[in-house]
This record gives sequence, structure tokens and C-alpha cells, in this order.
Amino acid sequence: MIRNDVLKSILPIITNELVICNIGSPSQELFILDDQPSNFYMLGTMGLCSSIGLGLAMAQPEKVIAIDGDGSILTNMGTLPTIANNVTDNFVLLIIDNGSYGSTGDQPTYAGKKTSLSAVATACGCENVVECQAKDTADELKKALASNQMTVIVCKCSSGNVKVPVIEMNPVVIADRFMTEVGRRQS
Amino acid sequence: MASNISESIVDDMIAHGIDFVTSVPCKQLAGVIEYVENNDRVMHIPSNKEDEGMGLCAGAYMGGKRPCIIMQNTAIGVTVNTLATLIQYYQFPLPMLISYRGELGEPVACQVEMALHTKALLDQLHIPTFHFHKKGDEAELGDILKYTQMCKKPTAILTDASFWGAA
Repeated sequence: MIRNDVLKSILPIITNELVICNIGSPSQELFILDDQPSNFYMLGTMGLCSSIGLGLAMAQPEKVIAIDGDGSILTNMGTLPTIANNVTDNFVLLIIDNGSYGSTGDQPTYAGKKTSLSAVATACGCENVVECQAKDTADELKKALASNQMTVIVCKCSSGNVKVPVIEMNPVVIADRFMTEVGRRQS
Repeated sequence: MASNISESIVDDMIAHGIDFVTSVPCKQLAGVIEYVENNDRVMHIPSNKEDEGMGLCAGAYMGGKRPCIIMQNTAIGVTVNTLATLIQYYQFPLPMLISYRGELGEPVACQVEMALHTKALLDQLHIPTFHFHKKGDEAELGDILKYTQMCKKPTAILTDASFWGAA
């Protein structure tokens, strides 16, 4: 399974959750598969998906899933101690770990070699860390959401992208639509 | 004296709606950070790097908070991409309370190197910039925070050693 297959498999599990989606192929693939006002697409800024997700989860009560990647976590490795030390039980960090920088030509990451992101997350102090195979991701996500506990899921999948266009939606529209959705749920 | 200024700045921030603060430490801002940390009226999440902190602020803003980042001017070098492609691109208001190291009174020579680039970088990034140099300059803080929300931009509040009474 590649990232796109994982995304397809988790779509039925994502019902009411707010989603922060990683830059590049992940956002572009999600946009084509299931565009929703509750999705926030990153158009730039490699690495910050998990940080945006944590900030959002801390700020309001709705459940938040950050769909991140191994390359992005490696870019912003300091995020894991911050997540571990600020337990926010409405937050799930889903790291789709395909061992490559997918959006830039599938160059290998260290997470696909000797570095285990689940071990790093555990060493950073994250309490609920699950590493799973791609086919089990939907089940693990379902369990994590039902647990009402902050969870880090590292989903090991194959490298590869599907052909999808870039997102042409204006960034201010993406943010405004998303914030309107967040506000609607709090009113 | 410095600690009183630190406390009045944080009180002013809170009075103007700031309720989420992330910080990366600077000695000059130690009093501010300590007072934020021990203040129940504002959520304080220390971050490991300033671009990470701006990610937290972006998420918190979309969740309904009014964030602020507290950092050193060296962080301008770290956050250029994040300021341009996240904070400015999506139009997130973000006041940045910045210790302006490397000015008069600076004991560490290396700090001068980024001080030389600080205002030029902020200017190049089209970031509205305010400079607290003398005691009393902080009276503008409330208006700066209102202005930041109004224009939905990152704004820089540079606070130098003279302002903190250390020069």
C-alpha cells in the first residue's frame, strides 16, 4: 500500500474530526479524495503539520488528526518532545511513514533506514505510540479516536504517489473555510 | 525594575486578548517568560525552535485563540520561510515579542552579527516593526496588538537592552 491507499482506507474513520494535512502530495491527494471544510491543507512550510495540529487541539475541544509524514517529522523533530510534554487528548498524530520524501521525487529518508520514528516518539515521552503496517492503519486510527487519549501512530507503507494536480484554492479561503467550520462547532 | 516591566507587558498582552503564548528563551526575556509560565490567564507552550512555535500559533489561532510568540531576534533567521509561507500566506495575525540582542549594552559579540540583519530582514519581509528602546515605549503595546489583529499580519516588537534597563 502507498500513501494514497492509506488515505482511502482511513476516510471512513474520519467523520467529525478536524484534519491538518501535510504539505505537497498528502494534501493534494486528500483534496482530490475527499475535500471538506474540516480539512486544512498546507501549501508550504515543510515540517509544521504536527505543530499546527497540536496548537489547534490545545485551543479547542474537537478531535484533531494531523496527517503527517516521516520526512516532515524529521524536518521538525523538536515537535515530538513538545507533543509529549503537552498531553492533549483530542489529538492524534498520524505519521504516514513511507521512508521517502514523496513530494520531491521519493528520495529516501532516514526513517526508511535505521531511524525508528516510533522509538523516537517513545523516547521523547509520548505515552501512546503505535507502529503499524499500512493495512492496519484504519483500525489503529479508530482505536486511537475511541481511546480519547493523545496517540502517535506510525504507519509503515510503501513509497509512491498518485498523479494529482496542485491545490489551487486560495490559502486565505482554505483558512477561512476551516476556521468557519471550527467556529460552527463551538457555537 | 526590569521584572516590573516584564509583568506589565504580559498584563497588557492579556488585557488585549492574548491567551496563547509560545516561547523560545532569551536571557533578556527571562522575566516575561517566567511571568507567562506562572500566569493562569494565558496558555504557555514552550517550543524547541521558533518555526515550530509559529506552527503552534497558527493552529491555536484557527482554534480561536489569540497567540503571541516570544523569541530572540536570531529567530528571524530561523523563521523566514515560515513567516512567508504560513503566517503571511494564510493571513494569520501574529505579534512577535522579540529581544533585540546585539545592540548597545550587549556583552556577547556574536549577537551583533544577527542584530545587523534584524531590521533589514523584517523590512524585506514587509513585517510592520516597532522598536522599544526607552522606558515608556511599551505604552504602544496595546495599539500594536490591535493593529496586528486588524491587518492579520505578523508584527515585530523589538525590545533592546536599553529598554530593559540593562544597557
